[in-house]
Amino acid sequence: MSNTLKYARSHEWVRVDADELATVGISEFAQEALGDVVFVELPKSGATVSAGQEVAVVESVKAASDIFSPVSGTIVAVNDTLKDKPEILNSAPLTDGWLFRIRMSKPSELDALLDAAGYAASHG
Amino acid sequence: MNQRTALYQQHVDAGAKIVDFAGWDMPLHYGSQIAEHRKVREHAGVFDVSHMAIIDVDGPEAAVFLRRMLAGDVATLTQSGMALYTIMLNEAGGVVDDLIIYRLESCYRLVVNCATRAKDLAWLKQHGEDFSVNLQERSGLGILAVHGPAAISTVCSLLPAAHADRVRALGAFRCAELGDWFVARTGYTGEQGIELILPDAQAPDLWRNLLAAGVQPVGLGARDTLRLEAGMNLYGHDMDENTSPLAANLEQTIAWEPAYRVFVGRAAVEIHRRQQAEGKLPKLTGIVLETRGVLREGQRLVTDKGDGIITSGSFSPTLNVSVALARVPVHSTICEVDLRGTLTPVRLVKPRFVRLGKKVFD
Repeated sequence: MSNTLKYARSHEWVRVDADELATVGISEFAQEALGDVVFVELPKSGATVSAGQEVAVVESVKAASDIFSPVSGTIVAVNDTLKDKPEILNSAPLTDGWLFRIRMSKPSELDALLDAAGYAASHG
Repeated sequence: MNQRTALYQQHVDAGAKIVDFAGWDMPLHYGSQIAEHRKVREHAGVFDVSHMAIIDVDGPEAAVFLRRMLAGDVATLTQSGMALYTIMLNEAGGVVDDLIIYRLESCYRLVVNCATRAKDLAWLKQHGEDFSVNLQERSGLGILAVHGPAAISTVCSLLPAAHADRVRALGAFRCAELGDWFVARTGYTGEQGIELILPDAQAPDLWRNLLAAGVQPVGLGARDTLRLEAGMNLYGHDMDENTSPLAANLEQTIAWEPAYRVFVGRAAVEIHRRQQAEGKLPKLTGIVLETRGVLREGQRLVTDKGDGIITSGSFSPTLNVSVALARVPVHSTICEVDLRGTLTPVRLVKPRFVRLGKKVFD
Protein backbone atom coordinates (compact mmCIF):
# COMPACT_ATOMS: atom_id res chain seq x y z
CA MET A 1 0.00 0.00 0.00
CA SER A 2 2.78 2.41 0.86
CA ASN A 3 4.03 2.25 -2.73
CA THR A 4 0.95 4.18 -3.79
CA LEU A 5 2.07 7.08 -1.62
CA LYS A 6 4.00 10.06 -2.87
CA TYR A 7 6.52 11.70 -0.56
CA ALA A 8 7.95 15.17 0.01
CA ARG A 9 11.62 15.50 0.91
CA SER A 10 10.43 17.09 4.15
CA HIS A 11 9.04 13.64 5.15
CA GLU A 12 5.29 14.05 4.52
CA TRP A 13 3.33 11.57 2.40
CA VAL A 14 0.26 12.14 0.21
CA ARG A 15 -2.24 9.55 -0.88
CA VAL A 16 -4.77 10.44 -3.56
CA ASP A 17 -8.16 9.12 -2.43
CA ALA A 18 -10.40 10.47 -5.20
CA ASP A 19 -9.93 12.88 -8.07
CA GLU A 20 -8.83 15.91 -6.12
CA LEU A 21 -9.02 14.58 -2.59
CA ALA A 22 -5.84 13.52 -0.86
CA THR A 23 -4.72 12.44 2.60
CA VAL A 24 -1.46 13.67 4.16
CA GLY A 25 0.68 12.17 6.93
CA ILE A 26 4.30 11.73 7.97
CA SER A 27 6.61 8.93 6.91
CA GLU A 28 7.75 5.91 8.86
CA PHE A 29 11.26 7.36 8.73
CA ALA A 30 10.02 10.63 10.25
CA GLN A 31 8.17 8.99 13.15
CA GLU A 32 11.18 6.82 13.88
CA ALA A 33 13.48 9.83 13.91
CA LEU A 34 11.11 11.86 16.11
CA GLY A 35 10.62 9.23 18.80
CA ASP A 36 7.48 9.19 20.97
CA VAL A 37 5.04 11.86 19.77
CA VAL A 38 3.36 13.78 22.61
CA PHE A 39 1.39 16.56 20.91
CA VAL A 40 0.09 17.23 17.42
CA GLU A 41 -1.09 20.66 16.36
CA LEU A 42 -3.34 20.31 13.31
CA PRO A 43 -4.50 22.90 10.77
CA LYS A 44 -8.05 24.22 10.81
CA SER A 45 -10.58 22.53 8.61
CA GLY A 46 -11.49 24.94 5.83
CA ALA A 47 -8.08 26.60 5.70
CA THR A 48 -6.54 27.29 2.33
CA VAL A 49 -2.88 26.31 2.10
CA SER A 50 -0.20 26.26 -0.54
CA ALA A 51 2.41 23.62 -1.24
CA GLY A 52 5.39 23.96 1.11
CA GLN A 53 3.44 25.95 3.67
CA GLU A 54 3.88 25.14 7.36
CA VAL A 55 0.50 23.73 8.41
CA ALA A 56 1.01 21.55 11.47
CA VAL A 57 3.47 20.85 14.28
CA VAL A 58 4.41 17.48 15.68
CA GLU A 59 6.04 17.58 19.12
CA SER A 60 7.90 14.50 20.27
CA VAL A 61 9.97 13.77 23.35
CA LYS A 62 12.91 14.87 21.25
CA ALA A 63 11.89 17.91 19.22
CA ALA A 64 9.17 20.03 17.66
CA SER A 65 8.86 19.47 13.92
CA ASP A 66 7.04 21.60 11.40
CA ILE A 67 4.84 19.79 8.94
CA PHE A 68 4.58 21.27 5.47
CA SER A 69 1.68 20.65 3.14
CA PRO A 70 3.04 18.78 0.14
CA VAL A 71 0.27 20.18 -2.10
CA SER A 72 -1.91 23.28 -2.38
CA GLY A 73 -5.61 23.24 -1.62
CA THR A 74 -8.27 23.44 1.09
CA ILE A 75 -8.14 21.38 4.27
CA VAL A 76 -11.36 19.38 4.42
CA ALA A 77 -10.75 17.17 7.48
CA VAL A 78 -8.22 16.73 10.26
CA ASN A 79 -7.47 13.63 12.31
CA ASP A 80 -8.84 14.69 15.71
CA THR A 81 -8.00 11.28 17.20
CA LEU A 82 -4.38 12.46 17.36
CA LYS A 83 -5.30 15.08 19.98
CA ASP A 84 -5.96 12.38 22.56
CA LYS A 85 -3.83 9.62 21.10
CA PRO A 86 -0.72 11.21 19.57
CA GLU A 87 1.06 7.85 19.90
CA ILE A 88 -0.87 6.64 16.84
CA LEU A 89 1.59 8.70 14.82
CA ASN A 90 4.29 6.32 16.01
CA SER A 91 2.38 3.07 15.69
CA ALA A 92 0.59 3.72 12.37
CA PRO A 93 2.06 6.76 10.59
CA LEU A 94 0.89 5.62 7.14
CA THR A 95 -2.68 4.65 8.09
CA ASP A 96 -4.52 5.61 11.31
CA GLY A 97 -1.96 8.32 12.02
CA TRP A 98 -2.90 10.47 9.01
CA LEU A 99 -2.86 14.22 9.71
CA PHE A 100 -5.34 15.91 7.37
CA ARG A 101 -7.34 15.57 4.16
CA ILE A 102 -7.02 18.22 1.49
CA ARG A 103 -8.97 19.13 -1.65
CA MET A 104 -6.12 19.80 -4.05
CA SER A 105 -6.26 22.99 -6.13
CA LYS A 106 -3.25 22.00 -8.26
CA PRO A 107 -3.08 18.19 -8.53
CA SER A 108 -0.19 18.58 -10.98
CA GLU A 109 1.98 19.39 -7.94
CA LEU A 110 1.95 15.65 -7.24
CA ASP A 111 4.34 15.17 -10.14
CA ALA A 112 7.07 16.98 -8.26
CA LEU A 113 6.85 14.56 -5.31
CA LEU A 114 8.90 11.39 -4.87
CA ASP A 115 7.80 7.79 -5.11
CA ALA A 116 8.71 5.42 -2.26
CA ALA A 117 12.03 4.44 -3.81
CA GLY A 118 12.97 8.03 -4.60
CA TYR A 119 12.07 9.09 -1.07
CA ALA A 120 14.07 6.24 0.48
CA ALA A 121 17.05 7.35 -1.61
CA SER A 122 16.57 11.00 -0.57
CA HIS A 123 17.35 10.29 3.07
CA GLY A 124 19.90 7.58 2.35
CA MET B 1 34.94 3.36 16.37
CA ASN B 2 32.89 4.15 19.45
CA GLN B 3 33.35 2.47 22.79
CA ARG B 4 30.80 -0.11 23.85
CA THR B 5 29.81 -1.43 27.24
CA ALA B 6 29.81 -5.13 28.12
CA LEU B 7 26.05 -5.06 27.47
CA TYR B 8 26.12 -3.75 23.90
CA GLN B 9 24.91 -7.04 22.41
CA GLN B 10 22.12 -7.26 25.00
CA HIS B 11 20.91 -3.81 23.93
CA VAL B 12 20.87 -4.80 20.28
CA ASP B 13 19.06 -8.05 21.14
CA ALA B 14 16.44 -6.05 23.09
CA GLY B 15 15.77 -3.91 20.01
CA ALA B 16 17.59 -0.77 21.14
CA LYS B 17 17.95 2.29 18.98
CA ILE B 18 21.68 2.88 19.49
CA VAL B 19 23.02 6.44 19.51
CA ASP B 20 26.37 8.06 20.07
CA PHE B 21 26.75 9.42 23.58
CA ALA B 22 30.10 11.11 24.21
CA GLY B 23 31.91 8.52 22.12
CA TRP B 24 29.93 5.52 23.36
CA ASP B 25 27.32 3.45 21.53
CA MET B 26 24.42 3.60 23.97
CA PRO B 27 20.72 2.67 23.86
CA LEU B 28 18.39 5.67 23.42
CA HIS B 29 15.26 3.54 23.80
CA TYR B 30 14.06 0.02 23.09
CA GLY B 31 10.89 1.03 21.23
CA SER B 32 9.15 3.63 23.37
CA GLN B 33 10.86 6.07 25.70
CA ILE B 34 7.54 6.96 27.34
CA ALA B 35 6.62 3.33 28.02
CA GLU B 36 10.06 2.76 29.58
CA HIS B 37 9.69 5.86 31.72
CA ARG B 38 6.30 4.74 33.04
CA LYS B 39 7.55 1.22 33.75
CA VAL B 40 10.21 2.68 36.07
CA ARG B 41 7.60 4.76 37.93
CA GLU B 42 5.18 1.83 38.20
CA HIS B 43 7.38 -1.28 38.47
CA ALA B 44 11.09 -1.50 37.68
CA GLY B 45 13.59 -0.68 34.97
CA VAL B 46 17.27 -1.36 34.40
CA PHE B 47 19.73 1.12 32.89
CA ASP B 48 23.18 0.31 31.59
CA VAL B 49 25.31 3.18 32.86
CA SER B 50 28.65 1.44 32.43
CA HIS B 51 29.82 4.42 30.37
CA MET B 52 30.15 6.45 33.55
CA ALA B 53 33.64 6.64 35.02
CA ILE B 54 34.74 5.09 38.30
CA ILE B 55 37.72 6.64 40.04
CA ASP B 56 39.04 5.04 43.23
CA VAL B 57 41.05 7.26 45.57
CA ASP B 58 43.23 5.87 48.34
CA GLY B 59 46.48 6.69 50.11
CA PRO B 60 47.29 8.27 53.49
CA GLU B 61 45.92 11.68 52.47
CA ALA B 62 42.87 10.52 50.51
CA ALA B 63 40.39 12.14 52.91
CA VAL B 64 42.42 15.36 53.21
CA PHE B 65 42.68 15.58 49.42
CA LEU B 66 38.96 14.97 48.87
CA ARG B 67 37.99 17.48 51.55
CA ARG B 68 39.91 20.01 49.47
CA MET B 69 38.59 18.94 46.06
CA LEU B 70 34.89 18.50 46.75
CA ALA B 71 32.35 21.08 47.85
CA GLY B 72 30.68 18.45 50.01
CA ASP B 73 32.64 17.24 53.02
CA VAL B 74 33.82 13.63 52.94
CA ALA B 75 34.37 13.88 56.69
CA THR B 76 30.61 13.34 56.93
CA LEU B 77 31.20 9.83 55.55
CA THR B 78 32.22 8.64 58.99
CA GLN B 79 32.47 4.98 58.04
CA SER B 80 32.53 2.69 55.04
CA GLY B 81 29.13 2.04 53.50
CA MET B 82 28.15 5.72 53.25
CA ALA B 83 27.65 7.85 50.14
CA LEU B 84 27.30 11.52 49.25
CA TYR B 85 26.11 13.41 46.16
CA THR B 86 28.24 16.49 45.65
CA ILE B 87 30.13 18.65 43.17
CA MET B 88 33.67 19.54 42.26
CA LEU B 89 34.26 23.28 41.73
CA ASN B 90 36.91 25.27 39.90
CA GLU B 91 38.56 28.33 41.48
CA ALA B 92 35.95 30.62 39.93
CA GLY B 93 33.19 28.63 41.61
CA GLY B 94 31.99 26.93 38.41
CA VAL B 95 31.03 23.28 38.47
CA VAL B 96 33.72 20.96 37.09
CA ASP B 97 31.41 17.98 37.58
CA ASP B 98 28.77 16.47 39.81
CA LEU B 99 29.40 13.05 41.26
CA ILE B 100 28.59 10.52 43.93
CA ILE B 101 31.35 9.58 46.33
CA TYR B 102 31.17 6.28 48.20
CA ARG B 103 33.26 5.26 51.17
CA LEU B 104 34.50 1.70 50.77
CA GLU B 105 36.62 -0.36 53.17
CA SER B 106 39.85 0.38 51.35
CA CYS B 107 39.23 3.59 49.39
CA TYR B 108 36.85 6.34 48.35
CA ARG B 109 35.05 5.66 45.08
CA LEU B 110 33.93 8.51 42.82
CA VAL B 111 31.44 7.88 40.04
CA VAL B 112 31.58 10.77 37.59
CA ASN B 113 29.93 11.65 34.29
CA CYS B 114 31.00 9.96 31.09
CA ALA B 115 31.54 13.09 29.02
CA THR B 116 33.72 14.69 31.71
CA ARG B 117 35.86 11.63 32.43
CA ALA B 118 39.14 12.91 30.96
CA LYS B 119 38.70 16.41 32.33
CA ASP B 120 37.91 15.17 35.83
CA LEU B 121 40.86 12.80 35.90
CA ALA B 122 43.25 15.52 34.72
CA TRP B 123 41.83 17.95 37.29
CA LEU B 124 42.15 15.47 40.15
CA LYS B 125 45.64 14.37 39.09
CA GLN B 126 46.86 17.94 38.80
CA HIS B 127 45.73 18.75 42.34
CA GLY B 128 46.69 15.32 43.64
CA GLU B 129 50.36 16.01 43.03
CA ASP B 130 50.54 17.92 46.30
CA PHE B 131 49.01 15.06 48.29
CA SER B 132 49.95 11.54 49.17
CA VAL B 133 47.10 9.92 47.22
CA ASN B 134 46.61 7.32 44.51
CA LEU B 135 43.99 7.86 41.83
CA GLN B 136 42.95 4.85 39.85
CA GLU B 137 40.39 4.84 37.09
CA ARG B 138 38.69 1.46 37.18
CA SER B 139 38.03 -0.29 33.90
CA GLY B 140 36.48 -3.65 33.19
CA LEU B 141 33.48 -2.91 35.39
CA GLY B 142 29.85 -2.68 34.38
CA ILE B 143 27.34 -0.43 36.13
CA LEU B 144 23.66 -1.32 36.19
CA ALA B 145 21.05 0.91 37.81
CA VAL B 146 17.78 -0.81 38.72
CA HIS B 147 15.03 1.58 39.75
CA GLY B 148 11.33 1.54 40.50
CA PRO B 149 9.02 0.40 43.29
CA ALA B 150 9.79 -3.28 42.57
CA ALA B 151 13.52 -2.78 41.90
CA ILE B 152 15.03 -3.76 45.22
CA SER B 153 12.84 -6.79 45.78
CA THR B 154 13.53 -8.03 42.26
CA VAL B 155 17.30 -7.58 42.57
CA CYS B 156 17.22 -9.33 45.94
CA SER B 157 15.34 -12.28 44.44
CA LEU B 158 18.33 -12.84 42.14
CA LEU B 159 21.03 -12.64 44.82
CA PRO B 160 22.33 -15.29 47.22
CA ALA B 161 20.37 -15.05 50.48
CA ALA B 162 23.19 -13.52 52.52
CA HIS B 163 23.74 -10.79 49.91
CA ALA B 164 20.03 -10.16 49.54
CA ASP B 165 19.74 -9.58 53.30
CA ARG B 166 22.50 -6.99 53.17
CA VAL B 167 20.90 -5.19 50.23
CA ARG B 168 17.48 -5.11 51.92
CA ALA B 169 19.08 -3.60 55.01
CA LEU B 170 20.64 -0.70 53.07
CA GLY B 171 19.13 2.73 53.62
CA ALA B 172 19.17 5.47 51.00
CA PHE B 173 22.70 6.63 50.18
CA ARG B 174 24.22 3.54 51.76
CA CYS B 175 26.45 1.04 49.97
CA ALA B 176 28.00 -2.37 50.49
CA GLU B 177 30.70 -4.58 49.01
CA LEU B 178 29.46 -8.07 48.24
CA GLY B 179 32.50 -10.03 47.08
CA ASP B 180 33.53 -8.48 43.76
CA TRP B 181 30.19 -6.68 43.45
CA PHE B 182 29.52 -3.22 44.82
CA VAL B 183 25.95 -2.15 45.47
CA ALA B 184 24.56 1.25 46.45
CA ARG B 185 21.16 2.71 47.18
CA THR B 186 21.72 5.65 44.86
CA GLY B 187 20.24 6.70 41.55
CA TYR B 188 18.93 9.30 39.17
CA THR B 189 15.20 8.71 38.83
CA GLY B 190 13.42 9.80 42.02
CA GLU B 191 12.43 6.18 42.68
CA GLN B 192 13.81 3.65 45.10
CA GLY B 193 16.50 1.57 43.58
CA ILE B 194 19.97 0.25 43.54
CA GLU B 195 23.12 0.63 41.49
CA LEU B 196 25.38 -2.36 41.00
CA ILE B 197 29.01 -2.27 39.93
CA LEU B 198 30.33 -5.66 38.88
CA PRO B 199 32.94 -7.26 36.62
CA ASP B 200 32.09 -6.84 32.91
CA ALA B 201 32.06 -10.61 32.44
CA GLN B 202 29.17 -10.96 34.90
CA ALA B 203 27.08 -8.05 33.62
CA PRO B 204 25.26 -9.85 30.75
CA ASP B 205 23.99 -12.61 33.07
CA LEU B 206 22.64 -10.11 35.58
CA TRP B 207 21.01 -8.16 32.75
CA ARG B 208 19.32 -11.27 31.33
CA ASN B 209 18.13 -12.37 34.77
CA LEU B 210 16.64 -8.95 35.48
CA LEU B 211 14.78 -8.93 32.17
CA ALA B 212 13.54 -12.48 32.80
CA ALA B 213 12.27 -11.27 36.19
CA GLY B 214 10.14 -8.61 34.49
CA VAL B 215 12.46 -5.62 34.71
CA GLN B 216 12.17 -3.24 31.73
CA PRO B 217 15.35 -2.23 29.88
CA VAL B 218 15.45 1.58 29.86
CA GLY B 219 17.45 3.79 27.52
CA LEU B 220 19.07 7.18 27.90
CA GLY B 221 15.92 8.93 26.65
CA ALA B 222 13.81 7.85 29.62
CA ARG B 223 16.78 8.29 31.95
CA ASP B 224 16.68 11.97 31.02
CA THR B 225 12.93 12.45 31.53
CA LEU B 226 13.03 10.52 34.81
CA ARG B 227 15.82 12.66 36.24
CA LEU B 228 14.12 15.82 34.99
CA GLU B 229 10.87 14.90 36.77
CA ALA B 230 12.93 14.18 39.89
CA GLY B 231 14.46 17.66 39.59
CA MET B 232 17.98 16.30 39.26
CA ASN B 233 20.46 18.35 37.27
CA LEU B 234 22.15 17.18 34.10
CA TYR B 235 25.77 18.22 33.78
CA GLY B 236 26.48 20.49 30.81
CA HIS B 237 22.86 21.62 30.72
CA ASP B 238 21.60 22.71 34.16
CA MET B 239 25.11 23.23 35.50
CA ASP B 240 28.53 23.79 34.00
CA GLU B 241 31.94 25.34 34.54
CA ASN B 242 30.66 28.86 33.98
CA THR B 243 27.67 28.72 36.28
CA SER B 244 27.65 29.08 40.03
CA PRO B 245 26.23 26.08 41.87
CA LEU B 246 24.01 28.59 43.66
CA ALA B 247 22.44 29.41 40.29
CA ALA B 248 21.96 25.69 39.69
CA ASN B 249 20.02 24.59 42.79
CA LEU B 250 23.16 22.91 44.19
CA GLU B 251 23.54 24.85 47.40
CA GLN B 252 22.69 21.77 49.46
CA THR B 253 25.63 19.87 47.96
CA ILE B 254 28.06 22.38 49.50
CA ALA B 255 29.22 21.88 53.09
CA TRP B 256 29.73 25.45 54.37
CA GLU B 257 30.64 24.17 57.82
CA PRO B 258 33.19 23.81 59.24
CA ALA B 259 34.05 27.36 58.14
CA TYR B 260 37.79 26.63 58.35
CA ARG B 261 37.64 23.89 55.69
CA VAL B 262 39.23 25.25 52.54
CA PHE B 263 37.92 23.66 49.35
CA VAL B 264 38.56 24.61 45.75
CA GLY B 265 36.07 27.29 44.75
CA ARG B 266 35.07 28.20 48.31
CA ALA B 267 36.06 31.85 48.09
CA ALA B 268 34.12 32.27 44.86
CA VAL B 269 30.92 30.62 46.05
CA GLU B 270 31.00 32.66 49.28
CA ILE B 271 30.81 35.74 47.04
CA HIS B 272 28.05 34.15 44.94
CA ARG B 273 26.04 33.61 48.09
CA ARG B 274 26.15 37.31 48.93
CA GLN B 275 25.31 38.22 45.32
CA GLN B 276 22.29 35.95 45.34
CA ALA B 277 21.03 37.47 48.60
CA GLU B 278 21.26 40.85 46.86
CA GLY B 279 19.26 39.53 43.91
CA LYS B 280 22.24 39.69 41.53
CA LEU B 281 22.62 35.99 40.86
CA PRO B 282 19.83 33.99 39.22
CA LYS B 283 18.40 30.77 40.60
CA LEU B 284 17.38 27.46 39.10
CA THR B 285 13.69 26.84 39.37
CA GLY B 286 11.05 24.49 38.08
CA ILE B 287 8.48 25.53 35.52
CA VAL B 288 5.31 23.81 34.38
CA LEU B 289 3.43 24.43 31.14
CA GLU B 290 -0.17 23.55 31.69
CA THR B 291 -1.27 24.14 28.11
CA ARG B 292 -0.29 22.16 25.02
CA GLY B 293 3.30 22.26 23.93
CA VAL B 294 6.71 21.14 25.09
CA LEU B 295 9.31 23.17 26.96
CA ARG B 296 12.79 22.76 25.50
CA GLU B 297 16.32 23.63 26.52
CA GLY B 298 17.31 27.10 25.30
CA GLN B 299 13.82 28.59 25.18
CA ARG B 300 13.67 32.17 26.44
CA LEU B 301 11.62 33.09 29.47
CA VAL B 302 10.20 36.49 30.28
CA THR B 303 9.57 37.16 33.98
CA ASP B 304 8.53 40.17 36.03
CA LYS B 305 12.20 40.52 37.09
CA GLY B 306 13.89 40.04 33.70
CA ASP B 307 14.66 37.30 31.20
CA GLY B 308 15.50 33.71 31.98
CA ILE B 309 16.29 30.54 30.05
CA ILE B 310 15.26 26.90 30.10
CA THR B 311 18.23 24.66 30.90
CA SER B 312 16.41 21.38 30.31
CA GLY B 313 12.83 20.67 29.44
CA SER B 314 10.66 17.89 28.15
CA PHE B 315 7.26 16.29 28.24
CA SER B 316 6.62 14.63 31.60
CA PRO B 317 5.22 11.16 31.00
CA THR B 318 4.11 10.90 34.64
CA LEU B 319 2.25 14.24 34.74
CA ASN B 320 1.22 14.45 31.07
CA VAL B 321 2.31 18.08 30.90
CA SER B 322 5.61 19.67 30.01
CA VAL B 323 8.08 20.54 32.77
CA ALA B 324 11.47 22.18 32.75
CA LEU B 325 14.35 23.40 34.84
CA ALA B 326 15.07 27.05 34.18
CA ARG B 327 17.44 29.77 35.28
CA VAL B 328 15.50 32.91 36.21
CA PRO B 329 16.12 36.07 38.22
CA VAL B 330 15.64 35.49 41.95
CA HIS B 331 12.31 36.80 43.28
CA SER B 332 10.54 36.39 39.92
CA THR B 333 6.90 35.46 40.37
CA ILE B 334 5.34 35.74 36.92
CA CYS B 335 6.79 33.91 33.95
CA GLU B 336 6.09 33.36 30.27
CA VAL B 337 7.94 31.17 27.80
CA ASP B 338 8.70 32.07 24.22
CA LEU B 339 7.25 29.00 22.50
CA ARG B 340 8.16 29.25 18.87
CA GLY B 341 7.40 32.96 18.82
CA THR B 342 4.35 32.97 21.10
CA LEU B 343 4.63 34.07 24.73
CA THR B 344 2.77 31.48 26.81
CA PRO B 345 2.27 31.60 30.60
CA VAL B 346 4.07 28.97 32.70
CA ARG B 347 3.95 28.31 36.42
CA LEU B 348 7.06 28.71 38.60
CA VAL B 349 7.41 25.83 41.05
CA LYS B 350 10.14 24.26 43.17
CA PRO B 351 12.61 22.41 40.94
CA ARG B 352 11.28 18.96 41.75
CA PHE B 353 8.23 17.45 40.07
CA VAL B 354 7.88 13.74 40.88
CA ARG B 355 9.09 11.54 43.72
CA LEU B 356 8.20 7.88 44.24
CA GLY B 357 5.71 7.98 41.39
CA LYS B 358 3.78 11.00 42.70
CA LYS B 359 3.56 14.66 41.80
CA VAL B 360 5.32 16.69 44.52
CA PHE B 361 4.78 20.36 43.63
CA ASP B 362 1.69 22.44 44.45
